Amino acid sequence: MDNSNSKRRNFIRTGLALGLASVAGATKLLGEPDEKKPAHNHTVKLLSPDGEIVEVDTADLKVETHEHAGTMARTITGREGIEGRKFVMVIDLGKCRNARKCIVACNKMHHIPEEKEWLQVKLMKDNENAAPYWFPKTCFHCDNPPCVKVCPVDATFKRSDGLVLIDNERCIGCKFCMAGCPYSTRVFNWGEPEITEPATCPPYSPESSTPSKHSTVEKCDFCPDMVRQGKLPDCVTACPNGVFYFGDENEDTVTNGSETVRFSQLIKDKAGYRFMEELGTKPRVYYLPPSNRMFPVERGFKNLTDDQKARFKDVQ
Amino acid sequence: MNIEKTSKSLLKEFWPQMSKWTTRELIWLGFWGIIFLVGLYALYVQIVEGHVVTGMRDHVIWGVYIVNFIFFIGIGYTGAIVGGLLHLFDAEWRKPLMRIAALMTVISVIIGPLYILLCIGRLDRLYYLFIYPRLQSPIIWDVVAVMTFLVGGILFLYLLAIRDFAILSRSEETMPAWRRKIYLFMSAGFINTRMQRHDLKLALNVLSLLLIPTVIIVSSVLSWIFGMTLRPGWHSTIFGPYFVLAAVYTGTGVLVLLMYAFRKLHNLGAYIQERHFVYVGYMLIAMAAGYGYFTFSEYLTDWYTSEKWNAELIHKLMDLNQYGWMFYFANFAGILLPILLIGIPKFRSINTITFSAALLVIAMWFKRYLIIVPTLETPLLPMQDIRPEYVNYSATWVEWALTGAGIAMFMILFKVASKYIPIVPIWETSEMIEKEKQTKAATNGQPQPSLS
Repeated sequence: MDNSNSKRRNFIRTGLALGLASVAGATKLLGEPDEKKPAHNHTVKLLSPDGEIVEVDTADLKVETHEHAGTMARTITGREGIEGRKFVMVIDLGKCRNARKCIVACNKMHHIPEEKEWLQVKLMKDNENAAPYWFPKTCFHCDNPPCVKVCPVDATFKRSDGLVLIDNERCIGCKFCMAGCPYSTRVFNWGEPEITEPATCPPYSPESSTPSKHSTVEKCDFCPDMVRQGKLPDCVTACPNGVFYFGDENEDTVTNGSETVRFSQLIKDKAGYRFMEELGTKPRVYYLPPSNRMFPVERGFKNLTDDQKARFKDVQ
Repeated sequence: MNIEKTSKSLLKEFWPQMSKWTTRELIWLGFWGIIFLVGLYALYVQIVEGHVVTGMRDHVIWGVYIVNFIFFIGIGYTGAIVGGLLHLFDAEWRKPLMRIAALMTVISVIIGPLYILLCIGRLDRLYYLFIYPRLQSPIIWDVVAVMTFLVGGILFLYLLAIRDFAILSRSEETMPAWRRKIYLFMSAGFINTRMQRHDLKLALNVLSLLLIPTVIIVSSVLSWIFGMTLRPGWHSTIFGPYFVLAAVYTGTGVLVLLMYAFRKLHNLGAYIQERHFVYVGYMLIAMAAGYGYFTFSEYLTDWYTSEKWNAELIHKLMDLNQYGWMFYFANFAGILLPILLIGIPKFRSINTITFSAALLVIAMWFKRYLIIVPTLETPLLPMQDIRPEYVNYSATWVEWALTGAGIAMFMILFKVASKYIPIVPIWETSEMIEKEKQTKAATNGQPQPSLS
């Protein structure tokens, strides 16, 4: 009992520490005028998730490195959940400006090429008069997962900690789960998969989901190998605006790296909802409506390539 | 009873067809053989390079393979359900058609599942279906159902053929000793005793009775691969019966085509008569009407309520710039036209019935395409993908080559089978001829074929 409590405290603490680090890391990558590190100074100005500029001493920062629980993964089958956990994610649509840092980080972490996106940012426009908004979409790790139901060989499974994972060494590539998932979350390796930076790729485990295996299905896994090390999933730490809150429903705590909040309170205060509740899939991902936006939606087009812009031509 | 005598003369008539290959037949075989080989090459390419050589991608994950799967397996179900029903109703006229029906079942149910294998990325792990099966998955239901059905279909074909094997093993025609030995073995000691006749009839009755619900189950299970997903156009309660009827309708069309082909090629006009076409034609009308009703009710409810994705799908189907032409062809040429051509007595003839059958078989293939592809192109979330091959499906040469290979396999297997088993069952047809002779004598001339 004591042990598990201290684990929980550790989780929150690490989360907090990580948060700061990630803000720094993201800022380095961003290079936008108001976020630039002043030359030869010991403090940096950072944009907080609330849109305020804060000054932080560089000594307090460390840059996040992408490590896998390589050796750990080998001893863990990946089929059993992390004990006592019930992972949950909250995505604040009011903060997303389609910076795509989450996608880049996710692809790097999972050694997948640019054109494959486990995490997508869609441009949504609910009706003619509605204002368009950016909509980051991970796997929803549903509590009533239609993908798991239809898998004929138990290659995709639901764990006690809420995660829906894929065992790519079991998957027969029938793609039924892809038909089953109403959110088009899953991707298939149609040919021999390209593995970016194979040298740093950890040994395969359903928790690392990498390296990709040909003719099997893969998707967002909530990075359980990172979580086992007490770290946050890469999309959470990479987001410059703190859009993603990740945490444990049992602890009623979620963190986006810089702020740690009560999950229930956040959902209550900001009218959190689940996407397409009517489908009955019971997602573990909650959304906060795109109100009180930090950025105009147009900001999202700023750094896109022409191809990326073309994706949204139907919405504009 | 003169059955023995009649069957002897029937065999004499059929034997030349069965004992040697004509040049024309060999050319025919060669032609389909080449198409089959092209398919094998395509299969090799697909296995080596992966599914990237097909037109399937992350949104449209299934394509013409699954269309062919539904199509062939549906044909297979028909032989059993039509054969089984006619057997149970003891419709005398069915007898010359039973062999075609039973062969159709077995051959199609062998070919159909091969297409589902083509949809599986890791064939090297196929045995996982047996060592890690999850009963919750409709795919496992399908595996169990199809295998059960295949066994049933083979039994049906075999039980119906036992008496012909016995006739062949005792025939006076010259044939290689090995062939006679095989016939003798296959006849399972049938020497036409009262007890054997009784047992065989009982076995066939029970099997027919079992096959009918099996077909319904198997067809429904197949439809539930789609019906159990949260997709527009698939997630529909009508899908089970819809697929059952679609299968039987298409299969009956194929039955007519086979009747026509063998009647022409094997000169079987005396046994596969105009009345057979007319009766099967009547069945087609009934099924077309039923299928038309299901289709109407399916689209009407989706269109009327116009839920977002359903409305989007219906628009895609009816829009002439998208799937409109295919949609109107499938539903008018495939349903309405056959009803008119066969229904109006003035038009009704062997040729128009066969033409209607050809039309509806093609239309029903497109109908399956319309069920699969447009739905997958209509995901619940906006695709926002600009890679054209990911947005719209279009089958590649590999998929077409393998589609051709399936048809080739059907043609080759049927042709080869017709060399070893008489395409018109000798025993049953003799029975029919004798019975009709008796009726004729009793009613003084007027032949009275009855639908029972």
